[in-house]
Amino acid sequence: MNNEVAITGMGILSAIGNSVQENRRALLSSKSGLGTLKHIDSNHKNAIKVGEVSLTNSEIVKRLNLSEKNNFTRTALLGTLAAKEAMQQAKVSNYSDYKTGFISATTVGGMDMTENHWNQFASNSEVQKYISSHNAGDSTEKIADYFGITDYVTTISTACSSAANAIMLGARLLKAGKLDRVIVGGTDALSKFTINGFKSLMILSESNCKPFDANRSGLNLGEAAAYLVLESNKVVAEQNKKVLAYVSGYGNANDAFHQTASSKTGEGAFLAMEKALKTATLNATQISYINAHGTATQNNDLSESVALQRVFKEMIPSFSSTKPFTGHTLAAAGAVEAILSIIAIQENKVFANLGFQNQMPETGLYPVTQLENKEINHVLSNSFGFGGNCTSLIFSRP
Amino acid sequence: MKPCYIHSVVSISAQESFSEDVLFSEIKNYPEFKVSAIHPSYRDYIAPAQLRRMSPAVKMGVAASKKALEISAVTQPDAIITGTGLGCIADTETFLNTVINQEEQFLTPTAFIQSTHNTVAGQIALALKCRAYNTTYVHGSVSFESALIDAQLQIETEEAKQVLVGCVDELGTKFVDYIHLVEQSQQPSINVPLGEGATFGVLSSKQKGAAAVLNAVEINSKITIDEITTKIKAFLKQNQVAIDEVDAVILGINGDGFDIYYQTITELFVNSDILQFKKYVGEFFSASGFAFWMGTKLLSGKTLPEAFYVKKVDKEPYKTVLLYNQFKGSQHSFVLLSQC
Repeated sequence: MNNEVAITGMGILSAIGNSVQENRRALLSSKSGLGTLKHIDSNHKNAIKVGEVSLTNSEIVKRLNLSEKNNFTRTALLGTLAAKEAMQQAKVSNYSDYKTGFISATTVGGMDMTENHWNQFASNSEVQKYISSHNAGDSTEKIADYFGITDYVTTISTACSSAANAIMLGARLLKAGKLDRVIVGGTDALSKFTINGFKSLMILSESNCKPFDANRSGLNLGEAAAYLVLESNKVVAEQNKKVLAYVSGYGNANDAFHQTASSKTGEGAFLAMEKALKTATLNATQISYINAHGTATQNNDLSESVALQRVFKEMIPSFSSTKPFTGHTLAAAGAVEAILSIIAIQENKVFANLGFQNQMPETGLYPVTQLENKEINHVLSNSFGFGGNCTSLIFSRP
Repeated sequence: MKPCYIHSVVSISAQESFSEDVLFSEIKNYPEFKVSAIHPSYRDYIAPAQLRRMSPAVKMGVAASKKALEISAVTQPDAIITGTGLGCIADTETFLNTVINQEEQFLTPTAFIQSTHNTVAGQIALALKCRAYNTTYVHGSVSFESALIDAQLQIETEEAKQVLVGCVDELGTKFVDYIHLVEQSQQPSINVPLGEGATFGVLSSKQKGAAAVLNAVEINSKITIDEITTKIKAFLKQNQVAIDEVDAVILGINGDGFDIYYQTITELFVNSDILQFKKYVGEFFSASGFAFWMGTKLLSGKTLPEAFYVKKVDKEPYKTVLLYNQFKGSQHSFVLLSQC
């Protein structure tokens, strides 16, 4: 196993809690965070179920001690609070002691504010402060500025695999010796833009999603922010850090099939998983748990299942999708699921694929439906996105 | 670490940079506050049926990348890496307008599908049936440089032998006016047009046939004006280049109050040629891709129009070129290029 990239801190805000501990509790009690939309006034709010972070913007502003005049979007607010928890756990307070980077992922950036003020931007000087916070890099800059990280700061946007790619880039930069420490993850707030986008694609479920079920009816959108602190072995040794897990493997491939649909053979997913196993120098049989992408759309779950069968043959390990807990948190999903994967290692538990009833006739795969006790050493986590982008990560017990 | 060679760089801009068989000599000046790219005949690169559905960003990205691959005789890159500041803003605006104006009713998904920031990278992969590594950076004015850093990392660590890397931003319709509106209240405001463009190139671990070498790329989120000279000196020192060895410095001058950064470092490079470009191609998040095109041209012995020169001390033939860009005092980037 490859152990050059240590995870020393993590922080998360999701529909199942405003800290790692709250998320852990919900997972261990199989309690979904899906519900009715509260923070956005959408026409569809009674027709869909979403995974919303419970805190309001003003509650987060207070927790972060931001000035009243701030122009933080919800994406930036969620991100800053989650990153703060990760830094605290990793006991990072000084950003100049080691070469430190920050890599964040988002799809909508400041869209939550843009869509509220779009038609007032020209006439209302009060809301013009949100023009410069629209671009995707702004939330990242705000978070980096909040902590005083100045060196290598960048943003990745590859749709729903964004945060997985941020984690992967951080790991590669550490391994190459370009950085000693890097905070990686993603943040995406819910917006009318994405709700209506997925609605127009007719892939939103009206009830709680049922990944890998024969009668799955689409996905639930979610919002979240999640970050991991990655440190090199040098920093871990010099600062006597507690290692939570290692990023041992990663792989990125493109399905090159369709802008929004996955191929029947799951080619991109297959290649990403194979590459991740290769970088981790692990055999497929050594994976204890797969945190699947599992969006509960007709297309993804079949394609991903076929890819799983191609990689793991007859020996598919325990797998589940945690999206019935958090909703599909788009750019943040890869980091949210990284943290859930690490909790699985810490607790030696496989989380339930909530809502599952019937096997898909095409594959006959059976996810874990109730919290399962199992020794977990290596977790494979999948994140796939529009544009054919497929990324797989492997997290390993220290 | 493997050296990283630049095999081709292609740029679509508000100047005649794309049809580079004869390097352009006529410079166009633009008095308006926004300027479109000079769009090539996309039919030469993209099938008409696809062309109709593509926004300018996708057209520019696909055409520039195709030409860059052709020049370097690469059919399947080992990685496709793009950078964009605002992504597919035209389709983003279209979908946003319909969501608002139609009060979330009767929406079609086309504009939404095409609005994602990685649409260009995805479309290139789709056209090539390229299943390799594919990613997109969206960090303001260092979007392109972030892509370059990743591309160089791929080559250096032998994760890839040949990488397609590029950047693109399109003007869109309304958001650019909002940016202009806010900018007008600044003193002094950006004094070049707001623009669009795309730059794509092929980087490779193979020296044969290369146009230049990509030595180093560094991004810094924040540098104070007092630190800028020290930072640039440290960057050059780390890459074992003396200040006098820098033959040309290409700067992202845009006329606003933050040009003080460029003025400050100009004093450092007394014996170097100094060039600018935003006056002629416009300011946009991935405008610095054009500087990369310029630098590669200089190092491969091509001549650039006199208009680009702020100061000329006749350093040709160019052996070492430094690119420096920042936006509003943030997102600073240094790129060091040298002759093969």
